[in-house]
Amino acid sequence: MTAVEVSELVKRYPKSPVNAVDGISFAVEPGEVFGLLGPNGAGKTTTVGMLTTRVKPTGGHAMVGGVDVGADPVRARSMLAVVPQRSNLDRSLSIRRNLTFHAAYHGVPAAEASARADELLEQFGLRERGDVKPDLFSGGQSQRVMIARALMHEPQVLFLDEPTTGLDPAARLFVWDRLRELRDRGVTLILTTHDMHEAALLADRVGIMDRGKLLALDVPEGLIRGLPGSSTLELSVHAGDNGHSPESVVGAFEALPGVERVEPLPGDEQEPDDPHWRVRLYVSGEASQLVAPTATLLADRGLSLSGVELGEPTLEDVFIHLTGRTLR
Amino acid sequence: MTAAAVPAPVSAPPVKQRRAFTAVLRRDLLVTWSELPVFLAQVILQPLFLLFVFGKVLGSLGYTQHGYSDLLFPGLLALTAVITGMQTLAFPLVIEFGWTKEIEDRLLAPMSTALVAAEKVLFATLRALTATTVMIPVGIIVLGSIPWRWSGVPLMVLAMVLGSMLGAGLGLVLGTLVVPQRINIVFSLVFTPLLFTGCSQYPWPSLARLRWFQIVTACNPMTYVSESMRAALVPSVPHITPWVCILVLVCSLTVLMTIGVRGFYRRAID
Repeated sequence: MTAVEVSELVKRYPKSPVNAVDGISFAVEPGEVFGLLGPNGAGKTTTVGMLTTRVKPTGGHAMVGGVDVGADPVRARSMLAVVPQRSNLDRSLSIRRNLTFHAAYHGVPAAEASARADELLEQFGLRERGDVKPDLFSGGQSQRVMIARALMHEPQVLFLDEPTTGLDPAARLFVWDRLRELRDRGVTLILTTHDMHEAALLADRVGIMDRGKLLALDVPEGLIRGLPGSSTLELSVHAGDNGHSPESVVGAFEALPGVERVEPLPGDEQEPDDPHWRVRLYVSGEASQLVAPTATLLADRGLSLSGVELGEPTLEDVFIHLTGRTLR
Repeated sequence: MTAAAVPAPVSAPPVKQRRAFTAVLRRDLLVTWSELPVFLAQVILQPLFLLFVFGKVLGSLGYTQHGYSDLLFPGLLALTAVITGMQTLAFPLVIEFGWTKEIEDRLLAPMSTALVAAEKVLFATLRALTATTVMIPVGIIVLGSIPWRWSGVPLMVLAMVLGSMLGAGLGLVLGTLVVPQRINIVFSLVFTPLLFTGCSQYPWPSLARLRWFQIVTACNPMTYVSESMRAALVPSVPHITPWVCILVLVCSLTVLMTIGVRGFYRRAID
């Protein structure tokens, strides 16, 4: 049985001319970590909302833990847990009671809930703070409490909406470690993110979303392999004042053997007196072998090479390739 | 955490919604209990001062007729029931839906959304009943004696329950309609008229001399709570027949709950 199955899911909000989610389909296996990657407004949160019974779909079907979310939302809720973008902790209750009451809502017997709360508080580094109310918690601490709370009823599928957005680097690493532990334990995770690094790091498979559509879905390496050019060469060019525009060199770069695609990047706007121009070459084979030929080409036109960066393509590049835009 | 890896059995046991419902109610009761003095101060202060100034001070100074406090006290019981029910539900609901999102954990509990709303109504009713009951000893202390008829107690209790539910219903409608940015203006626009057109400070039949105001007060469902209370405790004061009051209250409750639950669904599910 699949953990999550989505077919032709559509959401159109009233008074909106376009679909927020526009007919997406995918399936997630038990124990899999599935990432939905896309910019803000891509429809990720709405998709999670529909899967977690909080948003009513306009069309299509969604199953979570074998339960039809639309037909039996009450049972679906017992199968899943949600960690939202912003803290929704109960401010009238202590951290520990946030956990035990969540368990009580889900019918976990009190003794079991108490033992599990202790275990999770320990694991999430919150043992000392169990009696504190969450008002004064930082974003990172709230996030930890919310993940611990979500695990109290042992859900089959855990949804995390932008789990590390707005966290400082240390808190982010902590959350990532906990999520990796959950993955190792076999909890099915569905996370949305606009951070391609996070998606590549945590997800077994990544679905790339933009404007309500699922544009691509594969393991991260598969998505990257699908790009024309398997590695990149990024050049910073110092534009002289001899009349040659840097753009004129693009055609010459494209003609070089091994270059599959050339993409001009936005220049350094901060220093208008010292105009730099950046370009990214997608190449098949060794990118380093192209450093000398490109430098020669530039020198022939009176332009000088001021920086070179070799890189493997990332999910960000996949996104740019699919949409023509950057993630943020 | 082993359940995550194990596929669900083909015929899963029925989800026990009642357990979730009682757990949510237990949460609300615990929170009220832990801030009991604040709760009591919040609900008693206003009727206490109304009772003291209108029932005691003005009477002692001779500005009100003898017996006015007997007429006022049942009205203040009605007022306490309705206002407490409304405040308990409306304020927190606006904040929870619009700002803290605290309610989400309950909305994601394995219970129907209507039950989450029902728990809110039940809890607000219980709090309003508590506050109204506390007003009885407060009345004895402030006034020295209160109008009391044991034979009127069943009708009084019924009026207390219906009044508390009426307040909860009003709270549910307001709490789901109002956005947090408007909370102040809406509540002052609703609260004050509700407070003074609900016949808690004067009996409705006596308004015949002020016909337009009698019509206005007839539109406030709280009027029928006040009138039932007077029918129960001071039947010698002219009042609307109790069965008319109860009929109007039941109809008002049906309308308010229908609108309120619909509003609750609209806020809970996009």
